Amino acid sequence: MNKVISKHYYSENVVSLEIEAPRIAKARRAGHFVMVRVGNTGERIPLTISTANVERGTITLVVQKVGVSSRKITELEVGDEVTDLVGPLGQATHVENFGTILACGGGVGVAPLLPIVEELKKAGNKVISVIAARSKDLIILEDQIRQHSDEVIVMTDDGSYGKKGLITEGMEEVINREKIDQAVIIGPGIMMKFAALTTKKHNIPSIASLNTIMVDGTGMCGACRVTVGGKTRFVCVDGPEFDAHEVDFDEMLMRLSGYREDEIKADEQYLCVSKNKGKA
Amino acid sequence: KERTSLARVKMPEAPPMERARSYVEVNSGLTPEQAINEASRCIDCANPTCISGCPVEINIPKFVKNIERGEFLEAAKVLKETNALPAVCGRVCPQEKQCEANCFYQLKLSTEPVAIGYLERFAADFEQQSGKISIPEVAHSNGIKVAVIGSGPAGLAFAGDMAKLGYEVVILEALHEIGGVLKYGIPEFRLPNSIVDVEIESLRKMGVKFETNFIVGKTATIDDLREEGFKGFFVGSGAGLPRFMNIPGENLVGVLSSNEYLTRINLMGASSQGMDTPVVRGKKVAVIGGGNTAMDSVRTALRLGAEKVSIIYRRSLEEMPARVEEVKHAQEEGVEFLTLNNPVEYIGDDKGKVKQIRVQRMELGEPDSSGRRSPVAVDGSEYIIDADTVVVSVGVSPNPILPQSLPQLKVSRWGTIEVDPDTLQSSIPDIFAGGDIVRGGATVILAMGDGRKAAASMHQYLTNQTKK
Ligand SMILES: Cc1cc2nc3c(=O)[nH]c(=O)nc-3n(C[C@H](O)[C@H](O)[C@H](O)COP(=O)(O)OP(=O)(O)OC[C@H]3O[C@@H](n4cnc5c(N)ncnc54)[C@H](O)[C@@H]3O)c2cc1C
Ligand SMILES: Cc1cc2nc3c(=O)[nH]c(=O)nc-3n(C[C@H](O)[C@H](O)[C@H](O)COP(=O)(O)OP(=O)(O)OC[C@H]3O[C@@H](n4cnc5c(N)ncnc54)[C@H](O)[C@@H]3O)c2cc1C
Ligand code: SF4
Ligand code: SF4
Ligand code: FES
Ligand SMILES: [Mg+2]
Repeated sequence: MNKVISKHYYSENVVSLEIEAPRIAKARRAGHFVMVRVGNTGERIPLTISTANVERGTITLVVQKVGVSSRKITELEVGDEVTDLVGPLGQATHVENFGTILACGGGVGVAPLLPIVEELKKAGNKVISVIAARSKDLIILEDQIRQHSDEVIVMTDDGSYGKKGLITEGMEEVINREKIDQAVIIGPGIMMKFAALTTKKHNIPSIASLNTIMVDGTGMCGACRVTVGGKTRFVCVDGPEFDAHEVDFDEMLMRLSGYREDEIKADEQYLCVSKNKGKA
Repeated sequence: KERTSLARVKMPEAPPMERARSYVEVNSGLTPEQAINEASRCIDCANPTCISGCPVEINIPKFVKNIERGEFLEAAKVLKETNALPAVCGRVCPQEKQCEANCFYQLKLSTEPVAIGYLERFAADFEQQSGKISIPEVAHSNGIKVAVIGSGPAGLAFAGDMAKLGYEVVILEALHEIGGVLKYGIPEFRLPNSIVDVEIESLRKMGVKFETNFIVGKTATIDDLREEGFKGFFVGSGAGLPRFMNIPGENLVGVLSSNEYLTRINLMGASSQGMDTPVVRGKKVAVIGGGNTAMDSVRTALRLGAEKVSIIYRRSLEEMPARVEEVKHAQEEGVEFLTLNNPVEYIGDDKGKVKQIRVQRMELGEPDSSGRRSPVAVDGSEYIIDADTVVVSVGVSPNPILPQSLPQLKVSRWGTIEVDPDTLQSSIPDIFAGGDIVRGGATVILAMGDGRKAAASMHQYLTNQTKK
């Protein structure tokens, strides 16, 4: 049903998978995500649809290995079936001609940023993208982002590629030289928190795409809830995009750590089992 | 005379302290002797008032008398004439408010009613275990495709009846498992999944097709499905959205909805070894609410190894909406009941994890619109209790995904789908609806009754359409 058609490594820990899912390919819009489960002991995790190809009936996911569930997905090979894949979920990105866009992507957040940049460019915006990661090998999709941007600034924490510095420094550079009408921020929670503070300081309307813990992805459990503008919202059905200046990022980061001990244990257990299998 | 002097059977149960730490089914079921004895209490009333208490009007004396005669498979057949999931209903129906409340014993003798639920479960289990499950006869295919949205009891009951009539039925389910709340909500110690699976298998044998991971309104719209040739739609998408109370601290780590708690365990298997989905294993667990979901959550917490578990409920024990048996079982297992209490704030530690609850005492005031006396806060009565896990179980709302995808569909202020009460047809002629998406949170048997009613009227509707 949901066969892996092709696989590409961006780095040891970041993989892109093209998966057969004709209905989802047809129905999805920029900003949508899917819930994925691998194997009968697997967990359901949310992943953004990076791109889709309606003719081939496929969607592409870009996955970073961070724990047991993302690891299992990156270990899928061409021809393997994804046990469960459901979507497209969430609200699509609101696209219009805003003027000049500052698109900020940190780490694997560049994957969900790509379709948004593409749509915003198509809608007539001038797009300046700032993509950032800890080091060179973690910069992904640079060429694809370039294809749909008027300008791209690459930042690495260690200076191994592009400019050395945090994403906020790259953002400041752009903001100081030209008027930005709208910012889009996607990346790790901590990066989004500081990127949002930066645009807030300059009064630039900003949206952030949140990556909370999810179970069902359809509004049923409330695991994904987050406070936005003082109100509780469900990221899976009300989001994943929200006004970045209204999001309580500290609460989000706190809730993301809610299961950390179990997550580490599950990953260690899985690694241990697969190592033993390798020996046998 | 002799019949009426017999005492009501006691359901054999796993001992409270053993079962409270395992997932073994709490009620172990009647033995054939017990069932026959209990069945002999029924006096086969000329006017069996019990039947009118059953939402699907099972012919109760007929199936009970079959049990008394030892014809257990016949009894099961009688059940299946009107109830597609007797093994489920025998376990989870609020009998004390339905069939049993209307039994002659209760009404006229003011003594304990015939144990209709236990007997229903007995006959249905006997059939399941006999391996001689009767698959209802299915009419020759009429080639008309109908789609069912949601695989809970409403959708399953609808599918069974439509398959019997010869329709090509496809059930589309958002999750990766079939069964709705029967699977992801009600725990194994009360309703084993294997019991539900047998019923699903029967539907499969009748030709019903299942497609999981399919969210109607997202994966495809009703319009897409119309284009694919579907002529009628039954929406049984349930009331799956958890409500919260909007009190301070509700988003702390360790505060979660009963839906999340139960889904992690029942759907994702989080309590078993080797499963990737985690679940919180609190030591002091407080569950807010007094319904079946609250009882299921609090008893689940015990089974996950909690040291102290409490129900916090704003009214008194009498007003609790949970089945009487669940409250009794919970009490036996050592659950503390803080009735006439209501949380007003959750207090966290420096890592944002809940550690305490500020609770307010309540008293009962005047009856409200539901007829129950409404709780009123007692001024100055606040106090603090310790809790490292809080499960909020204060009700659910209709699932909005499908209604939102159909702007023309009439929905109420509460988000329930509006239907004609007699036909269950919605404001869009080829769409019918029933169960919790219409009622906003009811029972398994009412959902199933709706499914059957909608099948009958959709059949009528489609027959008229083809004549035109
Ligand atoms: C709407 C949405 C879209 C997403 N899109 C993508 C995507 O396109 N590509 C991608 O690689 N990831 C994406 N994520 C994040 C992805 O879902 C998580 O990385 C994944 O659930 C982690 O599961 P795990 O079992 O592998 O790791 P775990 O063992 O569960 O977690 C490992 C570590 O990652 C942290 N973590 C857990 N969940 C998340 C999360 N949701 N976001 C960030 N960190 C988390 C944990 O705190 C822990 O430290 C998305 C998340 C959301 C909500
Ligand atoms: C924990 C718990 C305990 C309960 N205990 C009892 C009890 O003891 N006795 C009793 O009588 N009742 C009980 N109830 C209530 C009872 O379970 C419900 O009233 C009943 O399940 C409603 O049935 P339904 O078919 O309407 O919906 P559900 O059982 O909710 O099923 C709806 C299904 O539709 C799916 N769905 C939703 N939207 C879509 C979509 N757009 N596309 C595809 N699929 C979709 C959902 O994933 C779900 O599987 C309990 C409920 C809970 C939560
Ligand atoms: S289906 Fe429920 S209400 Fe009807 S007879 Fe059975 S237990 Fe009673
Ligand atoms: S009312 Fe009670 S005694 Fe009379 S037929 Fe029904 S179950 Fe039997
Ligand atoms: S993931 Fe369950 S409600 Fe959002
Ligand atoms: Mg995980």
